[in-house]
Amino acid sequence: MDILQEIGASLRKGDDNRVAELTRQAIDAGMGVGAILDDGLIGGMNVVGDLFRRHEIFLPEVLLAARAMQKGIDLLKPLMIEEGIPAVGKVVIGTAQGDLHDIGKNLVGIMLKGAGIEVIDLGNDVSAERFVDTAVEAGAPVIGISALLTTTMSSMKGVVDLLRERGLNGKIRTIIGGAPVSKDFADEIGADAYGYDAANAVDQVKALLGVA
Amino acid sequence: MRPALTFLGDELKTKIIDEARHLLCTLGVEIHNPRVLALLGDHGADVDLSKQHVRLTDGLIDQALATVPSGFKLYDAIGRQTHDFSGDNVHFTPGSAAIKILDNGRMRKPVTGDYIRYAKLMSGLEHIQAQSTAFITTDVPEEISDSYRLFLSLMYCEKPVVTGAFTIAAFDIMRDLQLAVRGSAEELKAKPLTIFSCCPTSPIKWSDVTSQNVVDCARQGIPVEFISMPLSGFMAPVTLVGSLIQHTAETLSGVVISQAASPGAPVLYGGSPAIFDIRYETTPMGAVETQMIDCAYSEIGKHLGMPTQAYIGMSDAKQLDAQAGFETSMGATLAALSGINSISGPGMLDFESCQSLEKLVVDNEICGLTQRLVRGIEPREDFPSTPIFEELLRDKHLLIADHTRRHLKEEIFFPGPVVDRANSSRWHEEGGITLHERAAKEVERLVAACAPSALSDDVTTELDRLMTAEARRFGMQSLPGRG
Repeated sequence: MDILQEIGASLRKGDDNRVAELTRQAIDAGMGVGAILDDGLIGGMNVVGDLFRRHEIFLPEVLLAARAMQKGIDLLKPLMIEEGIPAVGKVVIGTAQGDLHDIGKNLVGIMLKGAGIEVIDLGNDVSAERFVDTAVEAGAPVIGISALLTTTMSSMKGVVDLLRERGLNGKIRTIIGGAPVSKDFADEIGADAYGYDAANAVDQVKALLGVA
Repeated sequence: MRPALTFLGDELKTKIIDEARHLLCTLGVEIHNPRVLALLGDHGADVDLSKQHVRLTDGLIDQALATVPSGFKLYDAIGRQTHDFSGDNVHFTPGSAAIKILDNGRMRKPVTGDYIRYAKLMSGLEHIQAQSTAFITTDVPEEISDSYRLFLSLMYCEKPVVTGAFTIAAFDIMRDLQLAVRGSAEELKAKPLTIFSCCPTSPIKWSDVTSQNVVDCARQGIPVEFISMPLSGFMAPVTLVGSLIQHTAETLSGVVISQAASPGAPVLYGGSPAIFDIRYETTPMGAVETQMIDCAYSEIGKHLGMPTQAYIGMSDAKQLDAQAGFETSMGATLAALSGINSISGPGMLDFESCQSLEKLVVDNEICGLTQRLVRGIEPREDFPSTPIFEELLRDKHLLIADHTRRHLKEEIFFPGPVVDRANSSRWHEEGGITLHERAAKEVERLVAACAPSALSDDVTTELDRLMTAEARRFGMQSLPGRG
């Protein structure tokens, strides 16, 4: 098994120390950053995602793999900047204005990072202006909004409307999720996507980023 | 602490047992088998051969209760222990001897191919620890329909088998098939592979065949489950206590026959009683009173010092519908809480007459849930609790905490894909398929995934030779194709 395959296998085991060690070895051996990222870390996480979708592993194993992936990414990040290699993508996330329930949003954040996507987490109770301003400033093409309360769902529409007002719809895409949210609601307010759980949110974001 | 359910106090149990013993010693038992009557006569019972009748004695009953084992173990075809029938251990077994199977919503007569699919499926159902000879194939002569089921079970699934002989003569081939697997009579006795169901006839009678089967099994060390079937309000008193008195008398008479034939012979104190539904003239297995009688006689069996069995986790529905689910779940749950050691019924519909592979897959999950239930609630690393709550407050979740990883699988039972726990959006996205569709898909997956039995070629060749020879005795030159 070569180093990159071993990185994938260690990801599947959630062995973060081993992933960091192997990533360091791969860098020292002169393997390209792109190859370590694509064939080692992201390739390994894709396998983890498939196993999860087939119910062969459960959420904790995915989160452990995501944590291990992050350790590898942390080592690669300076080299990626140096070589001008972009992250898989960049996403701004937060909970809808008025909503303090951030467990689901946090879970999505961990999973997105595990997929190699850069995450700007604005926390909870985030206004439409802050979502849109941050996305524009950071050059993030996707905004993810989470809500637990039916009373705060309506503020999701505020983000979509603001993007439209500023002529950013189509350039910055939106994905929504959370217990009371549905695909129908996403269609109704004009959001670009809906994630029915954290793993599905990652798939949807990847599709919006064009990296699926 | 293991949760437990009880219906009878000690005083009532003792009264029921005393009454049953009195019946056996005064009104007696009708036994249509002169050899069994002679056996009991040799042990001091008052036999009237002309009336095929015997009155037992307290001494004979006490002697049987003194020698009957308080438990026994069961082993699969490879010789691995799979069951420990003792204490309140709970094991599940499919309902047996159905005459129909449910195929795409339609009941029909089963054939060899159906049985092979069933046996392969059973290999993959982890919460049902034994197979039974679940239904009767109609493509072989009736005279071998009992032994042929056992043959197919042994060929295609390694799990031990709950079975039974329909005639006295069939016992020999069914014993020989087991000897072919184990290698010797001593080894078969040391590691029992099957349990034979032996049924008294209500009220308080034994037929020629079933009483002989009890004796033959006892002498070979093959465990027997006694299946007494009082029908409350029809062939038994309508009161549940009255039905329990009859059940106790019928089952105790079986214990006496077994222990007279071979002291120490392993038995399960079992049954399949039912109330009688006077509106439809049927014997509902899903009736709550049927299930209460089952649980109560198990208490009596344990009080008498025996492991127990019941036909209880099943339904009278004709389809895999809500009734099938609730009746089976209720029965399995009550039985597990009662500590019934061998719970028979999964897969069964329509008053024990129809097996369904799809229902078996669903019932497998019910069995898993109930097995989790009776493991109860135990403190693990819960005291002091401050460290875990500090971690929760710090990390905002415990999904990947060491504590979670150590205890997740022992604390939480995750059912297979047949149980829908997706949110509605995911359920729709994954096709919005119904329980029946999920179960059908799971049947196909498990049948396809079944690995061939690890029995050696020599053993399977011998099984085939024995079964083919038996079929030829009844005019069938070769067994049905099994491709």
